[in-house]
Amino acid sequence: MEYFLQQLINGLTLGSIYGLIAIGYTMVYGIIGMINFAHGDIFMVGAFIALMVILALGLTASAGLAFMLLALFIVLVVAMVFTSVWGWTVERLAYRPLRGSFRLAPLITAIGMSIVLQNFVQVSQGARVKPLQPIISGGVKLSEGDGGNSIVVQLSYMQMIIIVTTVVLMAGFSLLIAKTTLGRAQRACEQDQKMAALLGVNVDRTISLTFIMGAALASVAGLMFLLYYGVIDFYIGFLAGVKAFTAAVLGGIGSLPGAMLGGLLIGLIETFWSGYFTVEYKDVAAFSILAIVLIFLPSGLLGRPDVEKV
Amino acid sequence: MTDETAGNVSSRTALGAAKRDVAPPAQAAPYGGGNLFAESLKDAVLVAIVTAALGFFFLGLRTEIGVGTLEMSTRWGLLISAVGVVFTGRLILNLMVFKSAQPLASRLPSISLPGDALGTIGRAAGPVLLVVALALPFLLLEFAGSRSRQFIDLSILILTYIMLGWGLNIVVGLAGLLDLGYVAFYAVGAYSFALLAEYFDLGFWICLPLAGILSAFWGILLGFPVLRLRGDYLAIVTLAFGEIIRVVLLNWYEFTNGPDGISGIPKPSLFGLEFTRGEGGFADVFGLEFSSLHRFIWLYYIILALALLTNFVTHRLRRLPIGRAWEALREDEIACRSLGINTRNTKLTAFAIGAMFGGFAGSFFATRQGFISPESFTFIESALILAIVVLGGLGSQIGVVVASVVMIGGIEMLRNLDFLKEIFGPTFEPTHYRMLIFGLAMVFIMVWKPRGLITSRVPSAALKERKRIGADMVSQGEGH
Repeated sequence: MEYFLQQLINGLTLGSIYGLIAIGYTMVYGIIGMINFAHGDIFMVGAFIALMVILALGLTASAGLAFMLLALFIVLVVAMVFTSVWGWTVERLAYRPLRGSFRLAPLITAIGMSIVLQNFVQVSQGARVKPLQPIISGGVKLSEGDGGNSIVVQLSYMQMIIIVTTVVLMAGFSLLIAKTTLGRAQRACEQDQKMAALLGVNVDRTISLTFIMGAALASVAGLMFLLYYGVIDFYIGFLAGVKAFTAAVLGGIGSLPGAMLGGLLIGLIETFWSGYFTVEYKDVAAFSILAIVLIFLPSGLLGRPDVEKV
Repeated sequence: MTDETAGNVSSRTALGAAKRDVAPPAQAAPYGGGNLFAESLKDAVLVAIVTAALGFFFLGLRTEIGVGTLEMSTRWGLLISAVGVVFTGRLILNLMVFKSAQPLASRLPSISLPGDALGTIGRAAGPVLLVVALALPFLLLEFAGSRSRQFIDLSILILTYIMLGWGLNIVVGLAGLLDLGYVAFYAVGAYSFALLAEYFDLGFWICLPLAGILSAFWGILLGFPVLRLRGDYLAIVTLAFGEIIRVVLLNWYEFTNGPDGISGIPKPSLFGLEFTRGEGGFADVFGLEFSSLHRFIWLYYIILALALLTNFVTHRLRRLPIGRAWEALREDEIACRSLGINTRNTKLTAFAIGAMFGGFAGSFFATRQGFISPESFTFIESALILAIVVLGGLGSQIGVVVASVVMIGGIEMLRNLDFLKEIFGPTFEPTHYRMLIFGLAMVFIMVWKPRGLITSRVPSAALKERKRIGADMVSQGEGH
């Protein structure tokens, strides 16, 4: 039981990171119907920018609480802004010229962009891993019962921060999509771009903003990943990207709650599989679950099956 | 800011549905002399600002592992020069191409050929290419001199990718099933041969068909769960399948030797003649002087024959009911079903036959390398093969050849960038930029020609006369 709860917390943490990346995939897919393969690498770029801002601010574990909170906030904002520029540029260079073209063309440019980003970071920052000293340490012990059969579960501050940030961002973005003009424009473009354009929605700008939002969320995930694992390199984007994409598809691509649910599920499956079975085959477990779910629900858990008109 | 820079280029390049009806601004109101310069300058400044924002952390700063912690150094010179290059380049492009009333491109003579001529060239190109391919090793021996071995090796590599491209073309180009895990079958073929050779001591020629059959079997195995999936759901499951195969190969240490791979894979023989030195070897029997090049040439002919077999089978299948069913499936699955085509079997055969050729190519890869490990079968290989198929023009056989030569040849050529050391100094390591340039090329070719390098297709079924049609008439890889 103790072990189970501990794994549950670890799984939720990992799942939150996947979920944040998966939202980027799902939003882009929803609006222009393409797999943004470079999104995982945008996440990696975000992690690198966060790392450099942390170093520039001289943030270490010995900093006072007030300074640490302020510094983390600055890191978050700077990483989000600069990663957004990357997301915007990728869309502008590789996807917008192909808008309205056939489906596989942007897929290939996305793979090309992924190769470009990985190698650009490798060339400019070196291929070696970048370790970061842990900044936020400690945590709380949650215990229940007493004597010999008490249950003690560790919940670190870092895990709390990750889960709370994810929940806050999720709520914020759901509100943004549901209530604001931008969100309405996004949903309009999702349904019918031509009609939205006729009704005065600036389609190109809406799509750009979608990419910017996705990149900003990915950079938050990058920062969390950096603080949680304490080591990044230019290649982390690929696996995280594939996992997050799996999560988006599992939840039903195009659905925001689906992406979060899929992310949590993938995180939990991976953690429990590593905890109870073998750590080597955790990816196989995640991918197999995906295949099995899709056999029975071909459009994911929360995805709407598209009705085909003949 | 986004709209300013965006509008002008996208009006020229993008074909967005919403934009199509709007006349490009360059035609509606041509920029005058002073106005042109001001506009171009403003645009170039904006682009330079974006570049500065992009490069600030990656070019301006650099982290290195120092004593106990990461140390950061600055290189503002690099950042400033990058911004300067982008600014100047953009300004020149703006003045000459993007915003100019008379773009440079329109002043150049058009080199596009009429459709008929292209058709004739297309028909003539096949046999000519075939003759060149058959004679290539001897031409190389004659003219390339000491580097002939390197060039023959490169030709073998290109042919391997041509074969893989043709194999994937069956699945993506003909049947319209988007497969992102094709490398799995390549891996299955390679490991089938390597393991059969290791455990049962079998030779290449017995294992080749066995590897093909095993791969086809795995193709069907993948096909079953994805029968009902479409589009990107199909893409992610095939990608996942490729990753599963790789992870299993990596971790099943007792059977596959894990990350250490399998070495000592036997070389192919010529009707029992080994390419070895001494008594009974190929050179001995034919009274030639022993040369290690003989084996390379033999390998070249094997892969040429395998690739031609793939092409031939594809061509024949397109005329058979099954091939027509694939293409019908690609165009419209519902219409297919209403006409009584068994879509399940059609999809499964496409996966199986595509996988079989992947398996053949895999066993060839194993025998050529003599050593395989899971590292050779990563997702990037799948992406590369798919890129070859799409860049060449989906469903176009000759397109795959062109794209393979350009991409694989290009990657290998980029290995010889040592002359750049003389420009940028001895610390400059050009090989690191190889994949960066490769990725950029992929993006540029695709933006330039979204339908691939070969933009016309010959339909397999025609009412009266068979004539070439534009590639946009064919629905492609939507993955139904």
